[in-house]
Amino acid sequence: MTVDTARTVEVRGGIGESVAREDGVPKVTGDFAYASDLWADGMLWGATLHAPHARARISRLDVAPALAMAGVRAVLTQDDVPGATHFGQDEADQPVLADGEVRYWGEPVAVVAADDPDTARRAVGAIVVEYEQLDPLVDPEEALDQGEVLRSVRIRRGEPASGEVVVEGYYEVGQQDQAPLGTEAGLAIPDGEGGLDLYVTSQWTHVDHRQIVACLGVAGDMVRQHPTGIGGAFGAREDMSVHVHLCLLALRTGRPVKMVYDRAESFVGHVHRHPARMWYRHEADPDGRLVRVEAKVLIDGGPYLTTSGAVIGNASYFAVGPYRCGSVHVDGHAVRTNNPPAGAMRGFGAVQTCFAYESQMDRLAAAVGLDPVELRRRNLLRSGDPMPTSGQVIEGPLPVDEVLDELAAIPLPPEGGGDHPFSLPGGTGLTTPRSVVRRGVGFALGLKNIAFSEGYDDYADAEVVLTPAGAEIHSAAVEVGQGMITACRQIARSVLGMERVAWVPADTSQIGSAGSTSASRQTQMTGGAVHDAAAGLRDEVLARFDGDRLDDRGVWRGDELVADLDTVCADGPVRHRVRFRHPDTEPGDPETGQGDTHADFAVAAHRAVVDVDPELGLVRIVRIDTAQDVGKALNPQSVIGQIEGGIMQGVGLAIMEELVVDRGVIRNGNFTDYLLPTFADAPEVRAVLVEEGSRFGPFGAKGVGEPPTISSTPAIVAAIRDATGRDLNRVPVRPQDICL
Amino acid sequence: MQLRLEVNGESRSATVAGAASLLDVLRDELNMPGSKGACEQGECGSCSVVLDGELVCSCLVMAADCHGSTVVTVEGLAREGELHPVQRALVDAGGVQCGFCTPGFAVAAAHFLGAHPGASPDEIREALAGNVCRCTGYGAILRALTGLAG
Repeated sequence: MTVDTARTVEVRGGIGESVAREDGVPKVTGDFAYASDLWADGMLWGATLHAPHARARISRLDVAPALAMAGVRAVLTQDDVPGATHFGQDEADQPVLADGEVRYWGEPVAVVAADDPDTARRAVGAIVVEYEQLDPLVDPEEALDQGEVLRSVRIRRGEPASGEVVVEGYYEVGQQDQAPLGTEAGLAIPDGEGGLDLYVTSQWTHVDHRQIVACLGVAGDMVRQHPTGIGGAFGAREDMSVHVHLCLLALRTGRPVKMVYDRAESFVGHVHRHPARMWYRHEADPDGRLVRVEAKVLIDGGPYLTTSGAVIGNASYFAVGPYRCGSVHVDGHAVRTNNPPAGAMRGFGAVQTCFAYESQMDRLAAAVGLDPVELRRRNLLRSGDPMPTSGQVIEGPLPVDEVLDELAAIPLPPEGGGDHPFSLPGGTGLTTPRSVVRRGVGFALGLKNIAFSEGYDDYADAEVVLTPAGAEIHSAAVEVGQGMITACRQIARSVLGMERVAWVPADTSQIGSAGSTSASRQTQMTGGAVHDAAAGLRDEVLARFDGDRLDDRGVWRGDELVADLDTVCADGPVRHRVRFRHPDTEPGDPETGQGDTHADFAVAAHRAVVDVDPELGLVRIVRIDTAQDVGKALNPQSVIGQIEGGIMQGVGLAIMEELVVDRGVIRNGNFTDYLLPTFADAPEVRAVLVEEGSRFGPFGAKGVGEPPTISSTPAIVAAIRDATGRDLNRVPVRPQDICL
Repeated sequence: MQLRLEVNGESRSATVAGAASLLDVLRDELNMPGSKGACEQGECGSCSVVLDGELVCSCLVMAADCHGSTVVTVEGLAREGELHPVQRALVDAGGVQCGFCTPGFAVAAAHFLGAHPGASPDEIREALAGNVCRCTGYGAILRALTGLAG
């Protein structure tokens, strides 16, 4: 669609302003209710029995001892699932509770409802299970050889070609956890008529709801899933966790049931970023222009499909990055193993291959004797070019040159850095004198799609309602902390000319799907729906009263108020509902991957400056500079928040965050051993927003959440290579990778 | 046991089972869910409260040890409807996203800046290195707090 920016109205709290978020005050006072804070009279507490093996057959499962305990109201297993026994948003291959065989460490086997949390936990311990351990499949290459493939993507573009300069490399990305501070939690409240209301951590209520009612074997209107307060998501809420368990327990007991995973459960309670193995071959002319790129990308999906299809799709389609190349050969595979389940995490798929192709581009620059930025300039993909992988011609702005120029214009920090422990690798551990520190600078560029791709029917519903008290936005879109609700209210204000705009969260029975809060899509999708619904409402009301503008008082014609809001709403609230779709996409050709697979693209570039202690292998990230293609910054403060936060997750993947998995068992599933970046690790960030307007999206906005996480990681690793001369083909970079 | 303590200036009592933490009692017995549980091992600071003048992770404190103690939680920072300056600054600077770490940050920052009103950015970072935020990258939080300290 084409956005009618000419009708933007100057109004306080409109687009382009750093409007404070409406949930800011309740969040700082502690009043904001997260899923784990919910409470209902007479509620029971749920608890989960998690399997202690990565793969095993359940030879005996006896819940009677647990059921016999005082205060225990229900103990359920897979035999108690009344409807579909398996779920999954793309394919129902995951059992609600273990279906006789355990396929990953921590898989839920049984659930309990009891009068209090302590009794529920003790009842879990009283369940008798005997397992016959089986040999887990934990090597993704072996899984590929065995044909345990979740999805393969085959890309063949152009004729084979060869260049005089050849760079080959093998790269690995470890398994990162989203580590949202709020764990999986929810509350299910029976309605006394066989149905229930569910409040649960989710990124997409409607897709959960579809799976839940299938598993319960009830009609769709029997379950109403409500958006609820979430302590972060980052992809971890894309797939269901406690959802069906809560519903089963509530329906069985006829009482409200609450569940809250503890941190150890959370580490097995959601999908993680796919670990990846990648083999690359770049061929170029002596002047550094790409002639051919070959890649094999293998990601480990764990035992169930979840969103692995979309992740390997992204990994494959963005395997070359934002570079022109006419001869491309990519084989991407997501495989099924008994490792921890993998799925969506910020930048899904694009993160993994960006580390590999940017490492390759740096090596190519060295091979042809060019500055890494200059090498990239010679290969940049621009609007109007075909994607190197799919062949899709890029429509709409893709300001790759501008992003590079803006980044280069940011001055580097001064050399040195002082002797304050905080500025040194090792920090207040006082391990490192300044004299041994080596500084490095690294650079990376990344590309990703926005919203859903490959022919997915991707839409968002929203309704804008005019009442005597002002305007309301009704939507089922889930706010996970990123600021979407504030942005949507700003959009509605600027379209309507009204300051008084409220957000009214809708459950699954009240409005159609808003789609997922993922893939950087909600600003453009729900924001687009809000824009169009507000514009439709405005036009309808203005036409009815022959007015020329609307504000909080009513409809105006010139200087005359021709109808106040009471008059406008004399017959009741005026409603305008929109289903917003982005430009059509199509699945790629199964043999070649060719096709118009994506709706929109965004680019970002990062430059990292690091100080390294080469003897101890410690890294202090001094600064990260970035320029990002944001289309139009609807709320600059919120955009900067996404950029700084996304970069920090890239910092984590670069130097510290990795699930240590030993034959399918997570060995560091807690915040003492899984290291998250703290204030002490946080580099200064300087960001430039490049605004060129998107192909679709309200006022030209683009989604901004994922690009910061994509190229920040390879920029940091490039900087460590620059400081140390090490090859470093894997993230996170561990101290031993530097000093041994 | 019957626990009596002062929370945010009010005398409160609760029946406490053996292993319950101060965080459990605040959230589940005293109906004060502002303090958050996120790691249960004192690594993330989401449950920060001030106990007898000291900043603690309430998930690591046995409730039974708090008999007769004075506790300040996030619910006690605002006075007479006015946000504490730290709370106001966090909202205004964009230091709040998902907000799950925010109560802990607000308590810890108010406690630290109360004792060190002229703290430098590095001192603020060091003092709050025990509070993990997964959303903001800490930039907006630092801007909020250095604005106050300056």
